[in-house]
Amino acid sequence: MKPLSRRQIAWRAAQDIEDGAYVNLGIGLPTLCSDFIPVGREIVFHSENGILGMGPAPTPGSEDPDLINAGKQLTTLVSGGSFFHHNDAFLMIRGGHIDVALLGAFEVSADGDLANWTTEDPNFSPGVGGAMDLAVGAKEVRVLVEHTTKDGRPRIRRRCAYPLTAARCVKRVYTTLAVLDIAKEGVVVREMVEGLDLAGLQAQTEAELVLANDWKRLAAPQV
Amino acid sequence: MINKLVPSLRDAVAGIKDGAIVLCGGFGQVGEPVALLNALRDTGVRDLVCVANNAGTGEEGLAGLIKDGRVRKVICSFPRTTDPHVFEAAYKAGRIELEVVPQGTLSERMRAGAAGIGGFFIRTAAGTKLGMGKETREIGGELYVLEEPIKADIALCRADRADRWGNLTYRKSARNFNPVMAMAAALTVVQVREMVALGALDPECIATPGIFVDRLVVA
Repeated sequence: MKPLSRRQIAWRAAQDIEDGAYVNLGIGLPTLCSDFIPVGREIVFHSENGILGMGPAPTPGSEDPDLINAGKQLTTLVSGGSFFHHNDAFLMIRGGHIDVALLGAFEVSADGDLANWTTEDPNFSPGVGGAMDLAVGAKEVRVLVEHTTKDGRPRIRRRCAYPLTAARCVKRVYTTLAVLDIAKEGVVVREMVEGLDLAGLQAQTEAELVLANDWKRLAAPQV
Repeated sequence: MINKLVPSLRDAVAGIKDGAIVLCGGFGQVGEPVALLNALRDTGVRDLVCVANNAGTGEEGLAGLIKDGRVRKVICSFPRTTDPHVFEAAYKAGRIELEVVPQGTLSERMRAGAAGIGGFFIRTAAGTKLGMGKETREIGGELYVLEEPIKADIALCRADRADRWGNLTYRKSARNFNPVMAMAAALTVVQVREMVALGALDPECIATPGIFVDRLVVA
């Protein structure tokens, strides 16, 4: 059994972004998705700090200190891109104008609850940024996450233990081991990596899993 | 004749009193009026409540005010940004109060303050720890929480170009919170890169009309 790398999770999530979609990529793992958009699809990336049509990182010599992404890294604007102020950026998010938000997570529950803003670690001040706005406002929320924590605890839980970002908002989860849909019938396994069966996946997942009739092997190229 | 340009940074921040609520533009350091915030620190003013997306970068600007113990409380969405050591040290030592507000709610609360709106219901944070204790209402089958406006004494903003009436243009993602903050304070002071002649800014491209601006300084 070979889990996907972080870049492979991003590759897999990118394959599901439809042509013409307006997409917000969360900080961290989701940001990698922009490297893997299938050729021929035109996707418009939104950034909470007032950008539509965000492009790739700048090449050396073309950096502009006034042009950054939500993670405060330098970025670029594609042809057709635009700038606007914060209220409009979040109006787009909360008002259902963003087709897909791809977000990271600490935990996702069987009901699609998302916890991704604080672990209540007293060593750090809490911060929420735009996470709660994206979780309630995007037309569809998909999560990219390692299937378990570094010490092996499941991140797909019956209920989230960490404080919620929003309840019942996640539709699909891409992990190192599987592609899961949060559906009425439960947490549905759409894809699993080679060498893993439902019992093996369930052993690393706290939420109860249901295997889709048409489930597939989860495979990604070396990226 | 209207001329909002003042000769120095000292003039730009003159008259700001202890205990003021100060809106600080920027997203990280992009669009942050660092020179105005440094000048505010030099006035010796204290007990400030600062509203900003982040709680300061490095040791200048908002971080400088916090380092010198001038800020009683920050209201922000994400205190930690690139190099947040000044805020983190103050927070750990219990020397500063923190109110975390979701980013879109933060900008909308200022818009409400600017627009004479007494509050609004918003889905963000409903049913979460940050929505606790707030009036909650079900609207169209979904939960919303009541959020109150933020009205400030001072806004310190940063823009790209201005004319003497205070019309402003911004540059790329440095616009961010600056337009809404410029609208939401009793006194709005703007640090600009360049002054241009009245009429030189394309009226179609003015992002903040001069009615919201009180003082301009080039820095």
